[in-house]
Amino acid sequence: MSVIYVLLTISIVVAVVFFAAFIFSVKSGQYDDSYTPSVRILFEDELVIQKDKKTLPNNKNELPISKRKQS
Amino acid sequence: MEVQQFSYDNQIVKKFIYATLFWGIIGMLVGLLLALMFLFPNITDGISWLSFGRLRPLHTNAVIFAFVGNAIFAGVYYSTQRLLKARMFSDFLSKLNFWGWQAIIVSAAITLPLGYTTSKEYAELEWPIDIAIAVIWVAFGWNLIGTMIKRRQRHLYVAIWFYLATFVTVAVLHIFNSLELPISALKSYSVYAGVQDALVQWWYGHNAVAFFLTTPFLGLMYYFVPKAANRLTIYCTPLYRIGHKI
Repeated sequence: MSVIYVLLTISIVVAVVFFAAFIFSVKSGQYDDSYTPSVRILFEDELVIQKDKKTLPNNKNELPISKRKQS
Repeated sequence: MEVQQFSYDNQIVKKFIYATLFWGIIGMLVGLLLALMFLFPNITDGISWLSFGRLRPLHTNAVIFAFVGNAIFAGVYYSTQRLLKARMFSDFLSKLNFWGWQAIIVSAAITLPLGYTTSKEYAELEWPIDIAIAVIWVAFGWNLIGTMIKRRQRHLYVAIWFYLATFVTVAVLHIFNSLELPISALKSYSVYAGVQDALVQWWYGHNAVAFFLTTPFLGLMYYFVPKAANRLTIYCTPLYRIGHKI
């Protein structure tokens, strides 16, 4: 049964790393806004491509997107 | 502020969806054959590679790691790009993830009926395939974390945390459960003996269900359910409860 100490150590190390990452991300202010992110995922930002052959990109599955970079 | 133009990689998502459908049908057909063998136990008599003991791990591996595995990758590759507003970190890693995973499935479909097995449930594959799984899984994680680093969206949506937990935990479970000493090209013995091996095996088996079949799909539900309903269902407590019951 001594192998359980190995398993416990692994589990605790993984848990502590995740907890640290969580604390870090909250302290960085990522989660200060608790409302907007839940709405933002509902908006599609893909351009609708017209069925004009000249405007179709080579690969119809790769839709170009314009986004403003957040600084 | 500068205007940037980029495109999502939808090709890789499509490939994973077709692979999900394909392996889903194969895995379930093998399951049907196994079910029929309960009624007609002798239908595959005389063909060793169609015996129940060899087909059963083929069925579980095909359904869990091929069908569900490809579904996870399809959903993660689709939603990660949209949630992080970035194309996947590397198209090469995406392709390596796809073709590597399919190669692993094919090698499992060949070796298991031939009787090559570690006899650890849900981790039957022999050591060369175990190493391949670790490499391809790390390629997936590298691609995911790389995309997180180059993201255009400062906020990490809850689904991304679930994907990250899936990657880290499955890697840890697979690597520690599959530690084994090879004695030939397709035969190895576990480094753990007796009750130690049983303990590690079911630490893996139990948590693999949690982190391969549950966590990724909770993450996917946090993205796809509000998208499908086109409203904020994530604040709805019943859904949260259903999610944890699944």
